[in-house]
Amino acid sequence: MSVTVPILILALPLFMFIFIGLLGKKMSHMLAGVLGTLGMGTVLVLSYATAFDYFFSGNPLFINEAGERLQHIVFDQTWLQFTDSLVIKLGFFLDPISAMMLVVITTISFMVHLYSLGYMRDHHGVFEKGFQRFYAFLSLFSFSMLGLVVATNIFQMYIFWELVGASSYLLIGFYYTKPSAVSASKKAFIVTRFADLGFLIGILTLSYYTGTFNFTDFTSSAVAGLADTFRVDLATPEAVLSGFRASAAPMFMGASVLTWALVLIFMGGMGKSAMLPLHIWLPDAMEGPTPVSALIHAATMVVAGVYLVARLFPLYLMESAALDIIVIVGALTALYAAMVACAQVDIKRVLAFSTISQIAFMMVSLGVARPDFHEGLGYMASMFHLFTHAMFKALLFLGAGALIHAIGSNDYTEMHGLRKYMPVTHWTFLIGCLAIAGIIPFSGFFSKDEILSAAGGYSMWVYIWMSFVAFLTAFYMFRLYYLIFWWKEHKVREGHHAPHDQPWTMSLPLIILSVVTCVAGFIPFGNLVSWNGEPYDFMAHFDWSVATVSLIVAVLAIALATVMYRKENPLPAKMKRALPALWDWCHHRFYWDELYIFITHKIIFGCICRPLAWFDRHIIDGTMDAFASVTNKASGAIAPLQSGQIQMYVWIYLLGAVLLGGVTILCLI
Amino acid sequence: MFENILIYFVVIPLVMLGGLALCRDIKQIRAVAVAGSVALMGLSAWLLVQYLELRAAGATEPMLFTGEWMWFRPLNIHLAVGVDGISIAMLLLSSIIVFAGSFASWNIPQPKEFFLWLILLSTGVFGFFISVDMFTMFMFYEVALIPMYLLIGVWGSGNKNYSAMKLTLMLMGGSAFLMLGLIGIYYHSAPEGGELTWNLLEIVNNASIPHGWQQFLFPMTFVGFGVLGAMFPFHTWSPDGHASAPTAVSMLHAGVLMKLGGYGCFRVAIYTMPQAAHELAWIFLILTGISVVYGAFCACVKTDLKYINAYSSVSHCGLVLFAILMLNTTAMTGAIMQMLSHGLMTALFFALIGMIYGRTHTRDITKMGGMMQIMPYLSVCYVIAGMASLGLPGLSGFVAEMTIFVGSFQHADMFHRAFTIVACCSIVITAVYILRVVGKLLFGPVVDEHHRSLTDATWWERVSTVSLIVCVAAIGCFPNFFNNLINFTFSPAIFHVLGMN
Repeated sequence: MSVTVPILILALPLFMFIFIGLLGKKMSHMLAGVLGTLGMGTVLVLSYATAFDYFFSGNPLFINEAGERLQHIVFDQTWLQFTDSLVIKLGFFLDPISAMMLVVITTISFMVHLYSLGYMRDHHGVFEKGFQRFYAFLSLFSFSMLGLVVATNIFQMYIFWELVGASSYLLIGFYYTKPSAVSASKKAFIVTRFADLGFLIGILTLSYYTGTFNFTDFTSSAVAGLADTFRVDLATPEAVLSGFRASAAPMFMGASVLTWALVLIFMGGMGKSAMLPLHIWLPDAMEGPTPVSALIHAATMVVAGVYLVARLFPLYLMESAALDIIVIVGALTALYAAMVACAQVDIKRVLAFSTISQIAFMMVSLGVARPDFHEGLGYMASMFHLFTHAMFKALLFLGAGALIHAIGSNDYTEMHGLRKYMPVTHWTFLIGCLAIAGIIPFSGFFSKDEILSAAGGYSMWVYIWMSFVAFLTAFYMFRLYYLIFWWKEHKVREGHHAPHDQPWTMSLPLIILSVVTCVAGFIPFGNLVSWNGEPYDFMAHFDWSVATVSLIVAVLAIALATVMYRKENPLPAKMKRALPALWDWCHHRFYWDELYIFITHKIIFGCICRPLAWFDRHIIDGTMDAFASVTNKASGAIAPLQSGQIQMYVWIYLLGAVLLGGVTILCLI
Repeated sequence: MFENILIYFVVIPLVMLGGLALCRDIKQIRAVAVAGSVALMGLSAWLLVQYLELRAAGATEPMLFTGEWMWFRPLNIHLAVGVDGISIAMLLLSSIIVFAGSFASWNIPQPKEFFLWLILLSTGVFGFFISVDMFTMFMFYEVALIPMYLLIGVWGSGNKNYSAMKLTLMLMGGSAFLMLGLIGIYYHSAPEGGELTWNLLEIVNNASIPHGWQQFLFPMTFVGFGVLGAMFPFHTWSPDGHASAPTAVSMLHAGVLMKLGGYGCFRVAIYTMPQAAHELAWIFLILTGISVVYGAFCACVKTDLKYINAYSSVSHCGLVLFAILMLNTTAMTGAIMQMLSHGLMTALFFALIGMIYGRTHTRDITKMGGMMQIMPYLSVCYVIAGMASLGLPGLSGFVAEMTIFVGSFQHADMFHRAFTIVACCSIVITAVYILRVVGKLLFGPVVDEHHRSLTDATWWERVSTVSLIVCVAAIGCFPNFFNNLINFTFSPAIFHVLGMN
């Protein structure tokens, strides 16, 4: 395979960023937007070609005679050499999940580029301030995200991980004159940075014991011997690929260092994927422009954590303790976010919490995946859900963007009854809702169903728990749907100011994504992606009983939502009154933000930073000043001795002479 | 003597001094400063090329371009010069910052005197980096320190007399320790009966300092240089000194002078006394580990831009000394990268702060806001500097920090690891204080309506900032070039250090 295409996939967005970033002010708004979109379109075509080539060409580099998909490194260039074996390389890694991610990222990114041409201007067609900057940042983000998924080693992933975080920071803070946007961007960066600290320490630990950063070296040693190579074979280090260090203690505080490393790396994933308790930045990140929310905070960046775990999955398989932790974190997050989503009024926040909850589904699915149950169904299901979720959640966000664009507010109480005014948005949004609720034949049904099957194979409790979350999901999505498009009619909705559907640049992405959402469920995903590259017969593992149950759950939830929210009625208010505490906690997101504010302001700033700064100025610096003033005072005290009066000198001379004489006499005696 | 290329690093500044003395107006002064700094940049670039060619041709001596001229025979003091990859990196850094600094002080009052002192200071800096004779080195060190007093005292702002006095006295205090250490090394520089020498290379070869003496002399020299490297608890000159110093002086001081400390710690303290370094490293690891986190925490609550940046320097320079003490190739390479990186980005910071202060006449972030709307160019540069400081990949801070962390983590024992993790925490705290400033100063609404009339950067300010940003990005994008330049030098040196154990 030639290297031109992969290089172009990475280089074009980078070039666009530099080009638009430097010359944006010199070009017209439209030119910058069109250039960015065309650039992304080219990358889209190239990525599709690459993915197609990988999956369907039958090239022996990509698939062996047994039909197993192989991992292929297209190129790998040394970037920074630490030691002989620890080398950061920048490369391009092709395997089922990276090829899939190429498709997801470029599709959504292109849709968002196109959509923003319409979204980022007002109703008179005047472009927003900073339009060129917006496209420059979008390109930067696309570059970073593509670099992240094609990473050949964990340090390359970390590099692009950080770049993704920075471009997310820049885009959340796009409206930089708004204080809320500034603080949201700051919060997002710092919370994910904190998580990245765990990631970094995890990388350091892992690379120390394995002596490598390369994924292929981790995984080949992992698949070859699975669990036991790591600990048992330490006696014969040469048996272990890339030389785990025999001298090092493999246990630390009761757990193996591998578990520690994996859990720490997962912490990085928790930050980016907004898992409890590091989720607090994602709802605030909705301060960014809506297309950005669709691209970064729904479809691509936030699944980086899932992707990270999937990438290191063979390693995680060696330590089921780490996988169990993932299940617990994922299950708690899923329920938490779904509960909170039921009690929000800002439509973007509902979608944000829904994203958190759905990503938690993917995490749970990875956590429950075991080779001995349905040949690692959970892994495949997780990746499948990642794919379908990216499409329908981007669809929902872009739909929400259209609504916000039309109404000028994020609050559903100002929407109500919009279905007649915005038919395209209405129908596409409905498709998105049906998909996320898990109604056959929309894509969400298939992926969610497999996740539930996998959970059932792991533990009945996880299955029930996640089914309940699925119920809540269908409920809050249809609550949102009815409150936006039904409920009651607003009175003044006519004439020039009546809300209306959007220009074609915004409608087209909605329509394309809803078509994808309708058909994506029928993709034979198991043939393309599985944990060990072997083709996976999807239908052979399809569990109709699980499917029926989850379908019934979804229909019940939708029915409940219909009863409560289709027409204006006092039921919701009654429920709120009946369970005031529950409503309060959900509405206030279980007071996590208040807790964080307490920790950062009161504890970190109040109890660490300020006392330290005081200590520095008054104690440390005070000591230094004290040296100076003691010297000063001492010299001041001695100075009068040099008074210039001869009499005094004589007296002192005599005193000294007597003293010396006395001492001499004493000594002689 | 003049056939040695290194001599010109001292000759050019001296010629500049002469040229300045003849200047009649500000234009001529600027011309001399710019021409001289361009010449120095060209010279260091040329030296780099020559050096790489020699290495490629197979030169394996630890130092190249060596030369030695007798200066004071009774004490065997020479003017001895020589460079390796580390010195070349430092020379490049210094010349770039002198260049940027000249542009940043385009409209300074009393330019003639200002540039006289500034160039005298750079003479000291360049002289220090090319010397291999400890006495000459020390002399140049002092030449670099003294002008600081006048530069701050005359051209400074705020409580400048106090700051100038404090900075000078504290650094002189460090020099006292240092002098003691250097003389101690001199008297043990040769085996019994041999001729005593100040030449570092010979001292290393002789390896004759008795173990007991090393344990006394190592802390002396390390602390002596460590004061200039802003090591906790001897760092308090830095916030006050920087806050009062004029722009170019802050740039040079944080960008280059503080590197003299780190460089000296490596070149003299560790290079000549590896045994003691190995035994006593833990004390200083604790101190520098504290520096790293402590400086960052303090920076979180300061409101004066220069104080924030000075504390940030304490944190970053602490990381330099921290990495040097790790005593392995990777971490030490990281230390030198961090010196380069910190030098460039902190110079950029101080340049930008000076430019903003020159317009708003305040450095208090609570009194400013929304600069992005008023001076977009300077604000974007500030964001880039901030991103470099908090370690964004593609800029220099990231590669330096990662090299240090990976290197430090190669120690298998709990102590080194725990402190590596403590140092790693600084990446989060750094993000906090950088984003706090960026959010308050650049973003958000305009706080003071009078600021709306301010202008964006002039062309000379653009030259100054762009030259620094390009270097920061170059290190960040192509780290392996610098890594190899430094690393190759290290290998023999490190074998020497570790071979003693």
